[in-house]
Amino acid sequence: MRPTTEVELSEMIRSTAATVVVRGGGTRALGRAEGPVLETGGLAGVRLYEPGALTLVARAGTPLAEIEALLAGERQRLAFEVPDLRGLLGRDGASTIGGVVAANASGPRRVQAGACRDSLLGVRFVDGAGMVVKNGGRVMKNVTGYDLVKLMAGSRGTLGVLTEVSLRVQARPEAEVTLVADCGEKAGGIEAGLAALRSALGSPFEVSGAACAGGRALLRVEGMAGSVAYRAAALRKRLGGAWGEAADGPALWAAVRDVSAFAGRAGSVWRLVVTPSEAGRIVTTLSGEAVIDWGGGLIWLLTEAGQGAAVRAAVGRHGHATLARASEGDAGTALHPPELPAVARLSSGLRAAFDPRVIFAQGGKI
Amino acid sequence: MDMPAPSQAILDQKPAIVAALRQVLPADAVIDAPEETRAYECDALSAYACPPLAVVLPRTTEEIAAALKTCHQMGVPVVPRGSGTSLAGGALPTADCVVLGIGRMNRVLEVDYDNRFIRVEAGRTNLAVTGAVEEDGFFYAPDPSSQLACAIAGNIAMNSGGAHCLKYGVTTNNLLGVTLVQMDGTVVEIGGPWMEAGGLDLLGVICGSEGQLGVVTEATLRILPKPEGARPVLVAFGSNEVAGACVSDIIKAGILPVAIEFMDRPCIRACEAFAHAGYPDCEALLIIEVEGSEAEIAEQLARIKAIALSHQPLEFREAADEDQARRIWLGRKSAFGAMGQINDYMCLDGTIPVSSLPHVLRRIGEMSAEFGLDVGNVFHAGDGNMHPLILYDANKPGDLARCEAFGAEILKLCVEVSGCLTGEHGVGIEKRDLMAVQFAAQDLEAQMRVKDVFDPTWLLNPAKVFPLAASAGRRAG
Ligand SMILES: Cc1cc2nc3c(=O)[nH]c(=O)nc-3n(C[C@H](O)[C@H](O)[C@H](O)COP(=O)(O)OP(=O)(O)OC[C@H]3O[C@@H](n4cnc5c(N)ncnc54)[C@H](O)[C@@H]3O)c2cc1C
Repeated sequence: MRPTTEVELSEMIRSTAATVVVRGGGTRALGRAEGPVLETGGLAGVRLYEPGALTLVARAGTPLAEIEALLAGERQRLAFEVPDLRGLLGRDGASTIGGVVAANASGPRRVQAGACRDSLLGVRFVDGAGMVVKNGGRVMKNVTGYDLVKLMAGSRGTLGVLTEVSLRVQARPEAEVTLVADCGEKAGGIEAGLAALRSALGSPFEVSGAACAGGRALLRVEGMAGSVAYRAAALRKRLGGAWGEAADGPALWAAVRDVSAFAGRAGSVWRLVVTPSEAGRIVTTLSGEAVIDWGGGLIWLLTEAGQGAAVRAAVGRHGHATLARASEGDAGTALHPPELPAVARLSSGLRAAFDPRVIFAQGGKI
Repeated sequence: MDMPAPSQAILDQKPAIVAALRQVLPADAVIDAPEETRAYECDALSAYACPPLAVVLPRTTEEIAAALKTCHQMGVPVVPRGSGTSLAGGALPTADCVVLGIGRMNRVLEVDYDNRFIRVEAGRTNLAVTGAVEEDGFFYAPDPSSQLACAIAGNIAMNSGGAHCLKYGVTTNNLLGVTLVQMDGTVVEIGGPWMEAGGLDLLGVICGSEGQLGVVTEATLRILPKPEGARPVLVAFGSNEVAGACVSDIIKAGILPVAIEFMDRPCIRACEAFAHAGYPDCEALLIIEVEGSEAEIAEQLARIKAIALSHQPLEFREAADEDQARRIWLGRKSAFGAMGQINDYMCLDGTIPVSSLPHVLRRIGEMSAEFGLDVGNVFHAGDGNMHPLILYDANKPGDLARCEAFGAEILKLCVEVSGCLTGEHGVGIEKRDLMAVQFAAQDLEAQMRVKDVFDPTWLLNPAKVFPLAASAGRRAG
């Protein structure tokens, strides 16, 4: 199924009896959903772009690349630094903006600019009953009625099919500097590297990236040229001698963002969102290799199969872990942690409210 | 503004309801004497008032759960209340409701600079959250002008903003977790000191739900390191159009000031008469604030100055020292008070795309003449969040109705130019019946289904947000 209008989509949903799998570019479909595919690629095109108001409205099936190119033409970008996980997840295809929103896909700049949901101003979607719904709008500040915009971000197509999204965009900074320090792969080194990241994030120097991967700790500052130079120097002074400027900053951040280190490698990949100061303990307790982003708040872990219980135990009450890529041995492992009963009741109540016939494949249920 | 008629059955049951609440709460936490419940009869939308059946002032999440469970069992509506500063009537009681005040729950539970968060009881005031961390160089970013009084609970319920939101976002962008008690007494923990709560974004839905989904008792909030310094400039213009164009150019140039505030002539005059801040007499005035080290402030201000000068301002005033900086903000900060000196006022809160600013201000001026009521405009220009202040005389028969009609026309205009009815104050009762201007029936249906999930019996703050006719079938009574 490939609708080209909202009305067509609504009719398709109304008349379908089977479970459908909603697909944008098919590049980040975590989960194990099966069923006829409902593609959003026919609902494409940028509807409005006002650089002076920092706003963009696009149909959900618009390729991400098209949006990024359009923004680049005005020296603007999406603030949340969309990860390209095709290599990690072993997929091809081209991301759509609707898929990005449905996954709430957010990269290293999340520590400063927030997640995709924080840049999302409005949505249109068709729910499981075929009802066309609009929420939010295209202005920066909007508290009119309940915020279903946030609810749709990250809902992975389980509540409805997005047809249009409005986003706040950001000016590209004129300068950026990446600071780097070797910290090694040993426990003490990683702990020290992470402590430096937290110290930097606790400083007034507006860090826009804080990661630890491949034996190196990374920090990024962006902005006006003079300001970037000032803040980079101030951070080096604060953190001590081990820190120098990286020559290949953008490539380093792209690798962290896309978790390229794990692409094409055997094993299962876990995604952990945790209290930042717990990150060091968690990665040194677990076996495997880690790419740590968000100043410790996000851990990508490459392990052998069968580590689910150990991973969840290590996280404990300090966050949550999702199985992002399951190797064969983890085919039966739950992708998501069990929710607290009261939360589970609310979440399943919302799913039932928006998808009463359960037609959106729940294999990727979140 | 209509409110549903109170349920006679509940009014008749008052003694039993009060007795049941006294059973589960300490003696001093239940108020039912009319002379005391009076204090809770309205919020800052004081044109509307109605004393509640009773007021409860619990001290713990457990007490709140017990009080809600009791009300749920007896079918009594509950109106949660923070500090009562809502400008939308969000905390307005009905005669048959119990007001649940969160004010006694105001402790700091945990401060963690390493992970940059604070956990507080939700009755703590906004300013006291920053107060708990500022000596150590941190702050809580959302800063509504009412921050001295308003509670974090109210901020979460309204998804409140403030002057510095252009850079730091509003409440929802700074909220990491909550403890929420549902109407039936179920306690739900969502999120925590990590960046994503996980699963469906319940936190995002709760924030801005105007006390209709549950009572927030605790909150985990993101705190930020304080910038090294901040400095405002004042730019005066001969027309609203030019000031608007200047705002748009600054944003487009990629400069992100922490605040860009806009005042029009009526507002400038009122503020000047009231606060004597030394503002120039002009059509439009911008206050732009930037942050950082001395060098960074200078770098940003130089860019802003170049852009502003290209629009031939009447004046570009830089603050040479602390005192001058204070004076630049003085008039803006006393805007509401200044307008209040002239007359009673109604404060609107629509948002518009920044590009529509000149058109909307011109139309408001024309409408002001048509309705015969003065209006001053002061607002957060960087994000298009307007605050037209309509002056009226509460003692003059018909004036309030005329003022409301004028306000409604302005909000319709905001929607017409692709904006919205409310940018930060919320819908409450004030904009409830205008919701159909912005939303189609199915848009409201989708929102009401969310309430069905959290509060199936529609007892929490039931007569707010949705047009009464739209919610009639769901509300009890
Ligand atoms: C002079 C003045 C200036 C203002 N400036 C701003 C501004 O700059 N920006 C801005 O955004 N707002 C502003 N406001 C509006 C108001 O201060 C905010 O809406 C504020 O967040 C309300 O907080 P409160 O504690 O007073 O809540 P209340 O007025 O008591 O209640 C507001 C809403 O929150 C709900 N609520 C209260 N407690 C809870 C709880 N525990 N759980 C669930 N729901 C709850 C209530 O039911 C109600 O719907 C201003 C108001 C005034 C009077």
